[in-house]
Amino acid sequence: MDVFKTVKELIVEELSVDEGQVTMEAKFIDDLGADSLNMVELMMAIEKAFESFNIEISDEEAAEMTTVGDVVKYIKEKIE
Amino acid sequence: MKRLEKKIAVITGSARGIGYGIAEHFAAEGAVPIIIDIQQELIDAAIEDLKHDGYTAYGYVADVSDFDQVGNVIKQIIKDHERIDILINNAGITRDSLLLRMKEDDWDKVLQVNVKGTFNFTQKVSRYMLKQKSGVIINIASVIGLMGNAGQSNYAASKGGMIAFSKSIAKELSSRNIRVNSIAPGFIETEMTATLPEQVVKQYQESIPLKRMGSVKDVAKLCIFLASDEASYITGQTINVDGGLVM
Ligand SMILES: NC(=O)c1ccc[n+]([C@@H]2O[C@H](COP(=O)([O-])OP(=O)(O)OC[C@H]3O[C@@H](n4cnc5c(N)ncnc54)[C@H](O)[C@@H]3O)[C@@H](O)[C@H]2O)c1
Repeated sequence: MDVFKTVKELIVEELSVDEGQVTMEAKFIDDLGADSLNMVELMMAIEKAFESFNIEISDEEAAEMTTVGDVVKYIKEKIE
Repeated sequence: MKRLEKKIAVITGSARGIGYGIAEHFAAEGAVPIIIDIQQELIDAAIEDLKHDGYTAYGYVADVSDFDQVGNVIKQIIKDHERIDILINNAGITRDSLLLRMKEDDWDKVLQVNVKGTFNFTQKVSRYMLKQKSGVIINIASVIGLMGNAGQSNYAASKGGMIAFSKSIAKELSSRNIRVNSIAPGFIETEMTATLPEQVVKQYQESIPLKRMGSVKDVAKLCIFLASDEASYITGQTINVDGGLVM
């Protein structure tokens, strides 16, 4: 499964940004204009999208994820 | 022009009393009230009465203090009605007793229904309001939550808790155009206050500057204002409807 593609779709939907902006290096707050509520919503959307892998992202873990790449790496580690 | 035209308004504990009054007045302003209460028969009777007056209303059974039940009911409401514009956390109970005689269960029940019930509904509904980028939440507290009352420490704690909860949520959700306010009614004539001894009622009335009990309509009218765009710059507030009891 293409984790990056799924995550990108969720980010485009949750943060109302263009697909092109969502690179692995993009920072949620600085580059994609997310605020703290957006981040909570995004984490909930990710948990739901990867429901079958039983991913539960704690607040501490979420706070560590500042770039799109961080999230993709986190999910890949969890589902492998 | 009606002030709440086509607004989907979820009102907890609205099969009777203040909640029913809010549902009725909301319907008259064009809103679609969604009645939430704990018993199907109570809901059916309320819907019947509203239909009889020519209004459209829907009902769902839920115990507000049950987290999972609330989650399921909100999912169902969204499925059926697609959005929720207004949430009124009105379901509430009392279990009066002096502190020394208060049973653990009296304390727990009141906090479970009044505070946890408010949390349950607010959390589940706010998800959809965030997506809509609009919404109004009104929590029905009480003047007791502001001034305290001998024999009602559990109720006072729950209502004070609701007020503080409202302010925090008002701050959390403000960036998404969601307003959260509390209403603190004084003594309102309903089933809840009908059980009070006549002597006590007289005493209360004496202490109220406007010298009378309030009506359900008094509370409902404030709800309409707070839920409408007329109150679009008001959030995080507690407004009393109490005949001047607390100033
Ligand atoms: N009546 C007053 O003088 C007064 C004053 C201040 C505040 N209030 C508050 O106004 C609200 C409404 O009061 P009321 O006088 O209309 O009371 P009421 O007892 O007449 O009505 C309360 C409704 O809530 C429902 N309910 C109770 N527990 C529930 C639960 N767990 N889940 C779902 N529904 C439940 C009941 O079935 C009932 O229909 C309450 O929160 C109360 O604390 C009332």
